[in-house]
Amino acid sequence: MTRVKVDARRLLCPLPVIRVQDRAVEMDPGDEIEAICTDPGAMQDIPAWCRVHGHQILEKRKVENEYLIVVRIGDHHRE
Amino acid sequence: MLAARVILEQGIHVEGINFFTGFCVEGHTHAIRKRDRGRPKRNNSLWTAEQLGIKLHIVDIIEEYKEVLLNPRHGYGANLNPCLDCKIFMVKKAVEWIRNHEFDFIITGEVIGQRPMSQRKDTMPVVAHESGAEDLLLRPLCAKNLPMTKPEREGWVDRERLYDFSGRTRKPQMALAHSFGIEEYAQPAGGCCFLTDEQYSAKLADLWRHLGEKRYEFDDIMLLKVGRHIRPAANYKLIIAREEGEVNFLQGYRKEYPSLKTLSHTGPLALIDGDPSEEQIGQAAAIIARFSKGKMEQRVEVEITSPNGEARILSVKPLSPRELEKEWML
Repeated sequence: MTRVKVDARRLLCPLPVIRVQDRAVEMDPGDEIEAICTDPGAMQDIPAWCRVHGHQILEKRKVENEYLIVVRIGDHHRE
Repeated sequence: MLAARVILEQGIHVEGINFFTGFCVEGHTHAIRKRDRGRPKRNNSLWTAEQLGIKLHIVDIIEEYKEVLLNPRHGYGANLNPCLDCKIFMVKKAVEWIRNHEFDFIITGEVIGQRPMSQRKDTMPVVAHESGAEDLLLRPLCAKNLPMTKPEREGWVDRERLYDFSGRTRKPQMALAHSFGIEEYAQPAGGCCFLTDEQYSAKLADLWRHLGEKRYEFDDIMLLKVGRHIRPAANYKLIIAREEGEVNFLQGYRKEYPSLKTLSHTGPLALIDGDPSEEQIGQAAAIIARFSKGKMEQRVEVEITSPNGEARILSVKPLSPRELEKEWML
């Protein structure tokens, strides 16, 4: 299992989603992406993107002025 | 949404593509402006995909889109909206996408006569041809008014179960949506792009006029969405935050632009875009003072901070409403 970080700070939606999505392309089922964002909209948009693609949100929380969202790549990622 | 649903009804696998140009009204504006935060926080394309149960791919076309906006072959609409070139470009990108992902054809929600530029009977074939999509581009909502496409000829799609909508009215689409049980949908095309907005286009035109050429960086077009823009002289303009959300957003640019903030009275944060003289910095400070709580006072202290963090304080007399010239407001 690989875990990578995506720095989406100072980016406004949908750019954080795009950064996570573009990183996910290279990853395998079970791998994890840890996204750090400053746009609170990412707290809704990244989970929505995960739902339509069958990925899982492992963690979603505010850390001071930033938002941490951890995504696990779904089993049907390549289908 | 409706076009995708029509095709899904025929048991065909559909995935969505959403292109991000940087000029989208959704998302950014709502994220920046605090007063908009009461609205539902959602990306409409993701929300739509979720309602339809399909995957959605968001494609960043910020850089490539510059050529479309700066040199539209078919010209601009009422403002700086290059709608026809934009549609051609997006369909062209969709053609690339389906080839790379082994999809068979493209659908769009266009309806003949719905929009004045890109959805006319004479321009719809232009989109299909110049994008390179040709007969792989199917418009399910008005297909019966158009020549057969490959998906219809090959029997991949049943033409009899497509539609013949036309004109500006959206009533037939609303009735169809209702029949599918769809009662909530995103804003129709046009209102979702800043380039169709008269005031935004005026600010973009001002930017190009003062750069001496048509070009832009992503930060330029972001800043045009935010704040009150005032140009007291050809060599500089002020971007003044109108509310807390905008203050927070402009804060992020203080290492790139000189900034102004009133110290003696509550007031907004402003950025200076350009290269003002010392005298003009005083003028800028007087303008900022005008937008502070000290606007009726004799003197207001304004802090000017350069991008490297060096700060100094000016004591200025706020500009009177008469001195704040109308032509300065962009």
